[in-house]
Amino acid sequence: MNKINTRNNAQKWLSYRKSPASFLMYLAVNIAAVITICLLLFIVIYILIKGIPHLSPQLFQWLYNSENVSLMPALINTILMLLLSLLLAVPVGIFSSVYLVEYANRGNKMVGLIRITAETLSGIPSIVYGLFGYLCFVIMLHWGVSLLAGAFTLAIMILPLIMRTTEEALKSVPDTYREGSFGLGAGRLRTVFKIVLPSAVPGILAGIILSIGRILGESAALIYTAGSVAQVPTSVFDSTRTLSVHMYVLASEGLYIDQTYATAVVLLIIVVVINALSGFVARKIGREN
Amino acid sequence: MEKFQIENLDLYYDNFQALKQVYLNIPAKEITAFIGPSGCGKSTLLKSLNRMNDLIEGCRITGSARLDGEDIYGDMDINMLRKRVGMVFQKPNPFPMSIYDNIAFGPRTHGIKSKVKLDDIVERSLRDAAIWEEAKDRLKKSALGLSGGQQQRLCIARALAVGPEVLLMDEPTSALDPISTAKIEELASDLKKNYTIIIVTHNMQQAVRISDYTAFFLLGEVIEYDKTEKLFSMPKDKRTEDYITGRFG
Amino acid sequence: MKNHKEQIFKIIFAITACISIVSVILICVFLFVNGVPAIGKIGIFKFLLGTEWRPANDIYGILPMILGSIYVTAGALVIGVPIGILTAVYLAKFCPNWLYGFIKPAIDLLAGIPSVVYGFFGLVVLVPFVRDNFGGNGPSMLTASILLGIMILPTIISVSEASIRAVPDHYYEGGLALGASHERSVFFTVLPAAKSGVFAAVILGVGRAIGETMAVMMVAGNQARMPDGILKGVRTMTTNIVLEMGYSADLHREALIATAVVLFVFILIINLSFSLLKRRIN
Repeated sequence: MNKINTRNNAQKWLSYRKSPASFLMYLAVNIAAVITICLLLFIVIYILIKGIPHLSPQLFQWLYNSENVSLMPALINTILMLLLSLLLAVPVGIFSSVYLVEYANRGNKMVGLIRITAETLSGIPSIVYGLFGYLCFVIMLHWGVSLLAGAFTLAIMILPLIMRTTEEALKSVPDTYREGSFGLGAGRLRTVFKIVLPSAVPGILAGIILSIGRILGESAALIYTAGSVAQVPTSVFDSTRTLSVHMYVLASEGLYIDQTYATAVVLLIIVVVINALSGFVARKIGREN
Repeated sequence: MEKFQIENLDLYYDNFQALKQVYLNIPAKEITAFIGPSGCGKSTLLKSLNRMNDLIEGCRITGSARLDGEDIYGDMDINMLRKRVGMVFQKPNPFPMSIYDNIAFGPRTHGIKSKVKLDDIVERSLRDAAIWEEAKDRLKKSALGLSGGQQQRLCIARALAVGPEVLLMDEPTSALDPISTAKIEELASDLKKNYTIIIVTHNMQQAVRISDYTAFFLLGEVIEYDKTEKLFSMPKDKRTEDYITGRFG
Repeated sequence: MKNHKEQIFKIIFAITACISIVSVILICVFLFVNGVPAIGKIGIFKFLLGTEWRPANDIYGILPMILGSIYVTAGALVIGVPIGILTAVYLAKFCPNWLYGFIKPAIDLLAGIPSVVYGFFGLVVLVPFVRDNFGGNGPSMLTASILLGIMILPTIISVSEASIRAVPDHYYEGGLALGASHERSVFFTVLPAAKSGVFAAVILGVGRAIGETMAVMMVAGNQARMPDGILKGVRTMTTNIVLEMGYSADLHREALIATAVVLFVFILIINLSFSLLKRRIN
């Protein structure tokens, strides 16, 4: 027999005619969603159309010069910058979350303070980080405009992100795991490293992927800390330009518009890959819970 | 006089059949109680009468249900149906706004804008729901500040404010204390002068106390439907007898 | 021996946990030590309320930049907030499941696009668009507002959507049971119940807009003068710092750092109101 609890379009339309205000609201949300999606499609498709034809092998040559405008050094620098800042921020982020979740007592005043400062850090604009990095690392510590100064600046910037995601991941590890481990006579430290952290890996990974996205897109914090030399550095005290900075320099010079589009395409592709990865990890976490 | 005529109604949640060939005629201006053990389909049938089951994905209904002879699953506008058939939920669910705005929500929805009319409706509904005395001095205060029993009477007032013909009550007292429960039961008995009331209840004593007719549900079927006194004093079906004498459920 | 190791690690964990506190203190110290004396030298009122910024003549008034930041942010809100909230309502209450699987990743992509890419897009598309359709040179307050409006969309959408989804279903059902349409129930029962969360989303959007640097710099014109109409160029606090930091010295440099101090105070106020709201929600 036919299902009777449906409404055909004519009935829905009749409802809307009786209540035009509802129809307006229906229109408004649909139009807003269409605008949002069209904006995104427009930005992405525009850049792809303008950029893909200029993705020449030249653009990926090892050395940058004003002929080829190669993005290869910037790409390598981006990876170096990523590795270095993650190397600095991830252990600190994880350890501080371990302290917050596994060690600190309830009502510990430090915990509140750490949370507030982490929240404050996450709201500071990148240009303020850039200025701080410049004053502290570049000038006061005499590191100069360098890979190291850039990486330290970015590390502080992504620290709250890693702390927050790790904290959530640690909190979602069931207490029974910990009790089981303590029950077997394992100490707190062994429990943390052998039981709790391994089960929190997907959550921590999600935080790291988000941080990679943030570092990849960063430019304002890097211009005065890591600078814009388009070469692969030979030491951590050399200046480097990441892909975003590279793109900014090209765009503001205005001489290499085609190559700028192509660089934007490469950035977009990396963002898509990172988003896909983070979606994958998120689904994995969802399934495990 | 019959308010609802339900004929050969089947209801499935995906592959699970929650109601089986239900035939039921519900009289106007009386209180009809649906009783039965948990999961027997009594709430499901109630929600089919104002089409709240439409919200559940994978729900499929066949058969027919008519209100005053008019097919509620046909061309009747769904919002008008719900205006005519009000509902009170198991857990009091006042909106997070003032008492006044809670009551005025329905009338405003149906196009009443005049302040004078709204004031009148708010007072009348609160009086009808026997909560006017407690609420009149705090109309502009949040409804969430009321006690559970007051919240439930507010929800009844809110339902009355749109001028319904039927009130569906889905275990309206299950979250309340005995005193609040007694107030709601008294209120229901008063309201049947003007409204057709269908109440789903877990509590057989409640059915005996307030209802005129009772339907006993088991595993999605209506086992027995009769005048309340008859059903409880001389049940025809063995299963009804087992249930009302407390042998199961 | 074993106990020793436990103790040592406990101390290590505690020390790392303090790094975020130390970072905030360091950032404050570096900004304030380098910036506040400049404000003293220039004079606080001359600095904050001065309408002229002429480093060559040692005149440092940042009112144009403060207003620039506020105007551009307000413009971004005018564009981003209605579209963002309505899109969030669509995603939470109107979007069919199969479509959601496409739209949600699209919003995430919008959030992941780097500011320079937005800025470049603004430069090559929005600037000519504004010039041809509204007049002026192109780079302007309007252009920057439109671009920032787009950039804050994903923030507003995802935070609002989450708070709309967190509203218990019984409000929505209560609305329906009174004969309200789906739309009315969503707009007049669910949305009011989610209002703190939606408001928090807007505050986050403000933070993002006021702190954005590179994208704004590429489309705003950056003239250091009092804002003068939406089709004229404008300079924000963030761009002021980035534009001149490279070649500044002495008082000029300190004045730029002082600009960052003012920006920092703005951000602290925004953060504070955000966490107060968050506390109210919980």
